[in-house]
Amino acid sequence: MGEARVIAVASGKGGTGKTTVATNLARVYAAQGRAVQYLDCDVEEPNGHIFLKPRIDRREEVTVDVPEVDAAKCTGCGECGKICQYSAIVCIQDQVLTFEPLCHSCGGCWLVCPVDAIEKKPLRIGEIETGAAGDVGFVSGRLEIGTVRTPSLIASVKQHVNSDGIAILDVPPGTSCPVVTALRGVDFVVLVTEPTPFGLNDLKLAVDLAREMGLPFGVVINREGIGNRDVETYCQTEKIDIIARLPDDRRIAEAYSSGKMIVDALGEYRDRFLTIQNYLEQARK
Amino acid sequence: MKIAITSAGTEMDSQVDPRFGRAAYFAIVDTETMAFEAVENANVAAAGGAGIGSAKVVIDAGAEAVLTGNCGPNAERTLRAGSIKLYIGVTGTVAEAVEGFKAGRWQEAAGPNVGSHFGTGGA
Amino acid sequence: MANAPKEIVVISGKGGTGKTSLVGSFAALARGAVLADCDVDAADLHLLLAPDVKETHDFVGGKIASIVSDKCIGCGRCKELCNFGALALNGPANDVVQKTYAVDPIACEGCGVCVRFCPVEAMEFNDAVNGQWFLSETRFGPMVHAKLGAAEENSGKLVSLIRKQARQLAGQRGLPLIIVDGSPGIGCPVIASISGADLVLVVTEPTLSGQHDLERVADLAAHFGAPAMVCVNKWDINPEIAGRIEEKAHRRGLQTAGRIAYDASVTQAQVAEKSIVEYCDEPLRKQIASVWETAVAALETATDTRRST
Repeated sequence: MGEARVIAVASGKGGTGKTTVATNLARVYAAQGRAVQYLDCDVEEPNGHIFLKPRIDRREEVTVDVPEVDAAKCTGCGECGKICQYSAIVCIQDQVLTFEPLCHSCGGCWLVCPVDAIEKKPLRIGEIETGAAGDVGFVSGRLEIGTVRTPSLIASVKQHVNSDGIAILDVPPGTSCPVVTALRGVDFVVLVTEPTPFGLNDLKLAVDLAREMGLPFGVVINREGIGNRDVETYCQTEKIDIIARLPDDRRIAEAYSSGKMIVDALGEYRDRFLTIQNYLEQARK
Repeated sequence: MKIAITSAGTEMDSQVDPRFGRAAYFAIVDTETMAFEAVENANVAAAGGAGIGSAKVVIDAGAEAVLTGNCGPNAERTLRAGSIKLYIGVTGTVAEAVEGFKAGRWQEAAGPNVGSHFGTGGA
Repeated sequence: MANAPKEIVVISGKGGTGKTSLVGSFAALARGAVLADCDVDAADLHLLLAPDVKETHDFVGGKIASIVSDKCIGCGRCKELCNFGALALNGPANDVVQKTYAVDPIACEGCGVCVRFCPVEAMEFNDAVNGQWFLSETRFGPMVHAKLGAAEENSGKLVSLIRKQARQLAGQRGLPLIIVDGSPGIGCPVIASISGADLVLVVTEPTLSGQHDLERVADLAAHFGAPAMVCVNKWDINPEIAGRIEEKAHRRGLQTAGRIAYDASVTQAQVAEKSIVEYCDEPLRKQIASVWETAVAALETATDTRRST
C-alpha cells in the first residue's frame, strides 16, 4: 500500500467497455480500503460521472497560453509569422493577426520576437471537475465544444493524479494524440476489446501503440461469445495476457444503459473485476 | 490591376470554385492585359488555417481583389488586413467572373458569409 | 456547381454505437456512392467492403524535428524550450560529448522551436509521413480510406484530404453521393468530417452515455452549421431512454431518422465480412433501409435549402 500505480484503461475501438471496466475496477479497489482515484481522460465525451455519480467539490477552468501582440511595440519584422507552423499568428504587411483556436502553444512566437511585443494570453479549452464518489477520488475533464486542444486538457487532468494511491485513467478510444497523451508515463495499460473483426483490428492498432510507447499491457475481452475466437488466437500467438473476460449478457447492457455500476446491479460479476485487480497487483513486481 | 479568382481548374473557362480557403486553384488575372496564371492551392487539405494560407497566397501574388463564392471568417480577416477587396457570390467561368468584375456586377462582401471549414464539404 | 455530389457524414459522439456497421449497409443500399472512411484512428469499414487498393499515397501531416547527433554539443537549449517534452539526453555519443540530445518522434509536434534556436544548427526539420491513404474499388463503389501511423498527429488534416479525394472521385465518375464514416468524439477529426457536410447522421444508443454524448456532438454540429439528424441503434436495450433521446432531439430541432433494434446477427455479418443488408434477415434489413430512405429524403431537402444562397 502507498505505492504509486497509474493504470490506463484503453482500447483502439470505441464502445468496447473501457468506462465499464475503469469505473467498476475503481470501486473494487475502494471496497478493499485502497486509496484509489478515477480520472476521466475522455475529455471530449466523459461518461464516468454517469456511473460513479460523484459529489463535485471543485470546478476549475483550464486554459492554454496563446499569443497577444502589442501593436505599439511591433516592428513588423515578420519573425513570428515565419516560425508558426499552424497559421495561428500571421503577418500581413505590417499587421500581426492571431488565430487563437489554431495555436498549439509551442511558444515560438514569443521566443522569437526581437522586441518582446508578444504576451501570453489565456485561452479557455475546458474544465476539470474534482470530487469523490464514495471512497473513489474523482477527476474528470470536459472539453469546450469546438476547440481542438484535447491533448492539453488530458495533460491537465493527469496532473491531478495523487502520488500515494492507485490512479485509474479512463482513456479515449483510438490511437492518435489524445490517447498518446493519456498513456504517456503510465505503469500499465489494460486494453479492453470485443471478440469481433472490428475489435481485433483496432486491438492490434492499440497493441502497436503500447509497444511503440514501451508500456506493459494486457487484454480484457468484453462481450465474450458475440463474434469469433480470432482475438483469443491473436493474444495467444502474440503472448499477450488475457487478464479477464466479461460475458455477453444483455443484463449488463441494460444496467449500463441506465447508468448502473455492474458491481452493484449484477454482483455475480464482481469477481471479474477482482481478477483484474489481482492481476495488476502481480504485474507490479 | 491584378485580381484573384477561386477556380476549380487551370483555364480561363474553368468554373469559379465556390470556396475560398480550400479552392482548388487561384486564377491570378491582370484585368488590363488579361495576363493569366493558375496557382494550385496547397491549402486544400489543411485541417485548419486553410483560409489564412490561401489569403497569404493571393496577397503575395499581388492581387488587389478576390472573387469567390464564399469566404469564411479567418480568410476574410486576413484579406482585410491586407486591404484586399472581397467579392462573394461570384459564379460562372473565370473569364465570366473577370468580365463581371469589370462591369461592376459583383457584390463586395461586408464580412465572411460562411462558417469556418465550409469548404471541407461537398458544396 | 449545380451537380456537385451530396455528402452525408455518419458520426456518433460515443464510440461503439454502430456507425461503421450502418455505413456498410448504406453503401450497399446506395449502390454507386463514393465511400470515405474518415475514422482514421481506427478504420474498420474496409473489413466489410474488401477494398481493392488501386493507389497508395503517403500522407504528410506536418513536420518533425530530428537531431544530427554528430553536431550536437549537448547544451540542452532544445529541451529547455520544448513545450511538449519531446527532447531527452539519450542520443549517442559523438566526438564532443558522451551523450547527445534526441527527439522523441511520438512526442514531437513539429512546432520548429528547437530547430530555430539550436545554437549550432544541429537540427533537421523534415516532412513527417504520418500514414498512408488509398483509393480503392469495392463491390459498392469507389472508396477512399487511410491508415494513420500509431501515435500520429494531424488526423484532422488526413480527414480533410480523404474528403477532398472523395469529392474529386465523385466528380470524375459523375456519382451523386458521398457517404462518410466518421469518428467518435468531438475533436479535430470530427470537426474536419462534418464542416460543410450536407447532412450529418448521428448514430446513438439508448443509454445515458449515448444520450450525454449525443448532446455534445449535436452542439458541435450546430456550432459548425451542419444539419443533423439522429438514429437510435439497438433501441430495445432501453426503450425508455430511446424515447427520451428522440424527444430531446425533436426539441432541439433535429429530425429523427428512425430506430434499429438490437440484433446479434449484426456481429455475424461482420464476421462474414458482409454488410448487414447483405447478410441478415428481413426485420433488420427493413429497419436499416427505412433509416437510409429517411436520411436520403432529408439530404435532398437539406441540400436544396443550403444551396439556394
